[in-house]
Amino acid sequence: MSSKEKIAARAAREIRSGQIINLGIGIPTLILDYLPQEIEVLVQSENGILGIGPRCRNGTEDRNLIDAGANYVTLAPGASFFDSALSFALIRGGRVDISFLGTLEVSAAGDLANWIIPGKMTPGIGGGMELAQKARRVIVTTAHTTREGAPKILTRCTLPLTAPACVKTIITELAVIDDHGRAGTARVGRRG
Amino acid sequence: MIDKTTSIDGALSAIRDGHRLMVGGFGGPGTPFTLLEGVLERGSGGLTLVKNDANEPRMGISRLLEAGRARTLIASHIGLNPVAVAMMQRGEIEVELHPQGILAEKIRAGGAGLLGFLTDIGLDTPLRENRHVIRVDGREAILERPLRADVTMIHAAIADTAGNLIFAKSGRNFCPLMATAADTVIVEAEEVVPAGTLDPDRIHLPGAFVDHVVALAKLTPEYGVLPQHVL
Repeated sequence: MSSKEKIAARAAREIRSGQIINLGIGIPTLILDYLPQEIEVLVQSENGILGIGPRCRNGTEDRNLIDAGANYVTLAPGASFFDSALSFALIRGGRVDISFLGTLEVSAAGDLANWIIPGKMTPGIGGGMELAQKARRVIVTTAHTTREGAPKILTRCTLPLTAPACVKTIITELAVIDDHGRAGTARVGRRG
Repeated sequence: MIDKTTSIDGALSAIRDGHRLMVGGFGGPGTPFTLLEGVLERGSGGLTLVKNDANEPRMGISRLLEAGRARTLIASHIGLNPVAVAMMQRGEIEVELHPQGILAEKIRAGGAGLLGFLTDIGLDTPLRENRHVIRVDGREAILERPLRADVTMIHAAIADTAGNLIFAKSGRNFCPLMATAADTVIVEAEEVVPAGTLDPDRIHLPGAFVDHVVALAKLTPEYGVLPQHVL
């Protein structure tokens, strides 16, 4: 298992039946591959879908059915479509139980910085800020360090914030770090 | 009965240089590719475009951006279009970026005749810098202004001749919101049926918001499954 797959598999264990979840780009999109079949979730996609299934394979793509990352996706039983204002009423209204997000940096206080590197990466905000601020629980799935080996989990974020004190749990290939409901008092959990 | 069907030229004659145009679609689905091609051919310039994203290079609104027809882009995320990102960084277009649901809500407010709304999204981030922050009930809130346009262009799966619309799957996205928030609303539809033949309970947007319906003669490749996104 690659370290990305390992992180996704561990993240899948945080999901309970009946929850509404949102999967950010990158590692979070792998999480469904590791979800046991008996766990029924509704996966929300910002572009107006509740109940997306795994990505399409083998020519089953539907030109009108993509997720927020432009991937062709399948639908799960009980799925529904709606417009973008309603999609964000779900998010800002607190109906999303878990938002899984990748990140550039995350701080001890749970501050999240994942949308901009000034002067370098400025693609826009998308739905990330609203998910980070309003989902009931934010779980960051990320490599423990950058490719260059620099830490991504910091005392304080150096990049502009997406949202302050929003991250409850960090899952990396080395550790699960959870604030146990008290931001800034993270404990390192058992591996795997 | 009212018949709002027209030719593409007839529909696009409402567009003037310098206009603000709202364009439906989230990525491909919902994007009115044929109407956008018409705008390009007519030569309109100095436009302000409002769309969730910037499509992808050589597709949709990116064709207008690449041809230098737009001065400003108001969007949420343009990461799938490196050409637009590069134009923004070189200062060739001015880009105003909003959290996605805030962009949707600004358009909804514009269409619903509201003067704005209050939100705490982005309050503790750099977004705060250009926003109007007020205190309400003892807490801070950003006052977001409504967004309207001169012309909205959207894509629908089915329209009737009175402009009642049905969207397909993830093609709904910003389309019904934008249709409420412009002086002139132009719809391109894959299928146009006589008014009175659609089940009123299945209509996603009432025709009252629609001015012109253009029936699509064919669907060009950008409406299809895009090979770059297939596994």
